[in-house]
Amino acid sequence: MPLVGAVVLGIATSLLVVAQAVLLGRVIAGAFPGGKSLDEVSGDLWILAAVVGARALCAFGFETSGRLGARRVVGELRASLTAHMLETRPAGLRGQRAGELVTNAVQGLSSLEAYFARYLPQLVLAVVVPIVILIYVFPHDLAAGTILLVTLPIIPLFMILIGLAARTATERRWRTLSLLSSHFLDAVKGIQTLKANDRAQRQVESLRETGEQYRKETMVTLRIAFLSSLVLELAAMMGTALVAAAVAIQLINGGLGFATALAVLLLAPELYLPVRMVGQQFHASTDGLTAANQCFEVLDTPAAVSVPAAPLPSPDPRMGPLVLEGVTFAYEGRGEAVLDSIDLRLEPGEQLALVGPSGQGKSTIASLILRLLDPSDGRILCNGVNLLDVDPKEWRQHLAWVPQRPTLFSATLAENIRLGRPDADEAALLAACADAGLDRLVDSLPQGLATPLGEGQRTLSAGERQRVALARAFLRDAPLVILDEPTAHLDAESSAAIGDSIARLSESRSVLLIVHRPALAAAADRIVTLREGLVVDGQDQR
Amino acid sequence: MSAAEANLPETGRWAALARAARLVSPRRGQLVLSIVLGAGAILAAVGLLAVAGVLISKAALQPEILTLTIFTVGVRALAIARALLRYGERLVSHDLAFRVLADLRVRFFERLIPLVPEGLRGMRSGDVLSRFVGDVDTLQDLYLRALGPPLIALLAIVLLAGAVAIVLPAAAAVLIATMLIAGLLLPAFAARAGRRSGLREAPARAQLSSELVELVSGAAELAVYGREQQWAERIEDADAKLAATERPGAWISGLTSGAGVAIGGAAMIAVAAIGVQATSNGQLDGVLLAGIVFLTIGAFEAVVGLPDAAQRLTACAQAAARLETVTEAPVPVSDPPSPAPMPTGGELLFDNVSVRFEGRADAALSNVSAKLAPGARIALVGASGAGKTTLASCAVRFLDPTSGSITLGGVDIRQLSQDALRSAVRLVSQDAYLFTTTVAQNVRLAAPDADDQQIITALSRAGLGPWIASLPEGIETLVGEEGAEVSGGQRGRIALARGFIAPSQVVILDEPTANLDAAGARDLLSAIGSERSDRRAMLVITHTVDGLEEFDEIIVLEAGDVVERGTWSELLASGGALARLSAAA
Repeated sequence: MPLVGAVVLGIATSLLVVAQAVLLGRVIAGAFPGGKSLDEVSGDLWILAAVVGARALCAFGFETSGRLGARRVVGELRASLTAHMLETRPAGLRGQRAGELVTNAVQGLSSLEAYFARYLPQLVLAVVVPIVILIYVFPHDLAAGTILLVTLPIIPLFMILIGLAARTATERRWRTLSLLSSHFLDAVKGIQTLKANDRAQRQVESLRETGEQYRKETMVTLRIAFLSSLVLELAAMMGTALVAAAVAIQLINGGLGFATALAVLLLAPELYLPVRMVGQQFHASTDGLTAANQCFEVLDTPAAVSVPAAPLPSPDPRMGPLVLEGVTFAYEGRGEAVLDSIDLRLEPGEQLALVGPSGQGKSTIASLILRLLDPSDGRILCNGVNLLDVDPKEWRQHLAWVPQRPTLFSATLAENIRLGRPDADEAALLAACADAGLDRLVDSLPQGLATPLGEGQRTLSAGERQRVALARAFLRDAPLVILDEPTAHLDAESSAAIGDSIARLSESRSVLLIVHRPALAAAADRIVTLREGLVVDGQDQR
Repeated sequence: MSAAEANLPETGRWAALARAARLVSPRRGQLVLSIVLGAGAILAAVGLLAVAGVLISKAALQPEILTLTIFTVGVRALAIARALLRYGERLVSHDLAFRVLADLRVRFFERLIPLVPEGLRGMRSGDVLSRFVGDVDTLQDLYLRALGPPLIALLAIVLLAGAVAIVLPAAAAVLIATMLIAGLLLPAFAARAGRRSGLREAPARAQLSSELVELVSGAAELAVYGREQQWAERIEDADAKLAATERPGAWISGLTSGAGVAIGGAAMIAVAAIGVQATSNGQLDGVLLAGIVFLTIGAFEAVVGLPDAAQRLTACAQAAARLETVTEAPVPVSDPPSPAPMPTGGELLFDNVSVRFEGRADAALSNVSAKLAPGARIALVGASGAGKTTLASCAVRFLDPTSGSITLGGVDIRQLSQDALRSAVRLVSQDAYLFTTTVAQNVRLAAPDADDQQIITALSRAGLGPWIASLPEGIETLVGEEGAEVSGGQRGRIALARGFIAPSQVVILDEPTANLDAAGARDLLSAIGSERSDRRAMLVITHTVDGLEEFDEIIVLEAGDVVERGTWSELLASGGALARLSAAA
């Protein structure tokens, strides 16, 4: 736990702060009015040097261990975030855009380090340092101790009291800044559209006006919000000034030695410093906290796929039909169902085409069968077994899937195809490539199957990506294949070429082919049309 | 660090920063005020400690209590002054920050306008523009957080050291030396060491980002193929690599923080030693000893913000230099010195227009001629890369033809002001942008004076009537950030409505069917062909050809050349390129 280290180092730091003040008081008082020479105080100065050295070491340890500890916490958060995305919501986070999520997980969580590395340790210091200092001051000077004790709580008190108002003001300032920033981003990204509509010059005016308007509005709130820090500053400064006056009176009355008086005065600002720093560090870590909150929101989203506690053995799609009974699906928080009581039956070895205009829930059916989503109502059975009673991972082993837009991962072409079967040998791999019509591409690449793909590497066309996904499916050799719009993003020529591969893949397997153009469904055994979440007709072509 | 950044020479950065700084020079008075207030706040705090030291030193001699009044009042006055000065500084500097940011945005936006889109050809536009915005935002720190703290520190140090020098010159020398070490050398060390680890950190961070992007987009496939575990490990590896590159940073900041404490302590001990020596020599009045030592302790507040300021200064310099790589691009087209008056009515004529891009062997367009008479419906058809969009860009002077000319009502469009031209010839491009506002405002962009009814009519013509009717807030519905809340098809149709509502003589629609399905595309094109109620000429650029039956002329482009032209029935009968395109669909 990094906090234990922070507490230990915090106590050590506080003791050293007191020691430093006491020693310095002795040195100064020794020379004046004590009249000692440099030689006579040099012993104390050397001890002082040792104390300063120790303080430096503590500062080093405090910062370094705080940062390293914070980094571990961030690493753990990232790991649970990825686990969550992979295990419980593989079909994606609706409403959360991928880019935002990734920015959060990388930059956002990095700024969370400030919270763990700076803010929390600072909080420890803010508690420990004043306690140690007060323990020293009180026995020596009751008046000064009382002043410190009374003024000190003003700082956190005002931080909380006015801080509530100030936080809304700070938040408002941030909101204003981000609003202005997105306004500018919007204008810059749309500059070509503005220019084409002869509005670019007008936009300049609008940027100027909104900037000015927000400045005026925000300054009004800031004028009030900054009052809180004015009070904080005043409390700390006045505390020191009052301690000086109190100590001076004690000195005149002879109730206090000069060396101790110096030490008490030196400790006054040291008492307020860590408490004031808490506020600063808090502001520095707010970005991180926002990011953390968003990450926790993601982590708190309920699982999209339920995993039974005592799973039944997975049914085999070769042994019995896949049946959808009254399957209904609605996304959380959206009233309208995407699918409304769907009945569908896919016999072993049958090739079923699901057609209908886009946006009718065809892909949702695929996700449900793939167990990437759970139906809101109704059942999906295979060979009489409800799929909800089966471990999704086990069930998915019987499936292959060619999605609308296949993802290529940063890995070699071979590794990308092996996604479906990591242990496949070279021969199987080449056969899958040939079946998917990928062999021409492989031959044309200097590095062949070892060609690295991904960012900054060889990019593949939409058709080639589709073929990689088909090769994955061939290599997977699963009894049930789901093809989701395999040609939607291809031109006429590429679609025709891929059609052959699809026909080959469909031999001796159960196939669910999702298409929006009926023409592509011609080769299927049966065509089912989906419209507005309802199966409207099924037509047998055999 | 991107390639562009790495190539920037060090001196170029600082020169670019100086030029950027001049963009906001009218605010110099406010900057000076914030620096004076900031330095004043530091001096008040340090002065408070020093005067308090003198106060209790005098008290130690047990004088009459009244003789100390001036000092007790003094410390309280300094306490109040500190709080007020700090408050003033924060107000002035935040006000300045808002003004500077607005200035920067306006200035850089103005410089971007003449460059878009052709001046930025070759820079991937989305990237360039996002980075542009980020860099402008970075520059807002220039005065408040990068230049302010060192100037405040400098002023405070000079005044403090001057005050000390009057009573104890040697202590002043120690003060200046240690403050320079803490304020300059230490941040420089931290920056140097940090840069080296930062160089390794950036790629590791990018690697983690791209792994995560892949994970988010491919999670479903990984789940279906049972590879969750393996990918979780990949992310953990990438994160561990990032952590390893971040570790030196933790050590460096620990070292910097420890060294800061040590330097401050060393200054304190040295000044105490010098002071004790001077007191026992009689060079220094003993009541000032504590004051000088206390002042030394307090003075280090002045340099606390410097490492951060140094970092921001470097970031600002990089941002300024990167901005110049964009803003210094040559301006592709410019207005004539004295624009000709706008012709009213008349046709838009392309006369043997050719375009050849620098560094390309083939012409993007070769000798294309076309006539858009009032009320005409002309289609420009061809595969992507055939030069259709280039022709549209020429018509609105995003680009000038290499040879040939374009005239509007008989006047060469190069004689007209660009703004007037673009108001008469309206281009709705395929990647038309939706602003983060309502549907109505997005359409009204093309016709600022349009009323709600006109907007609804235009949206209905674009095929969005039923959709708008189904929305609880109708045309006042927000489209989300960059139109994220509407589908690709709706986005295209909203842009199309801009074309319909624009009070222009000529409207050019670039790929209006890009995001529509086959039936939607056909319906839209045939509606444009048959709807002849207005006198505007329309040029439709499309790669889908179904629905062009009633167009006056169809021009088919292939690799910049006109391969055939005529009406639908003529071209279909001839069995040429259009017939092939039609059959493929």
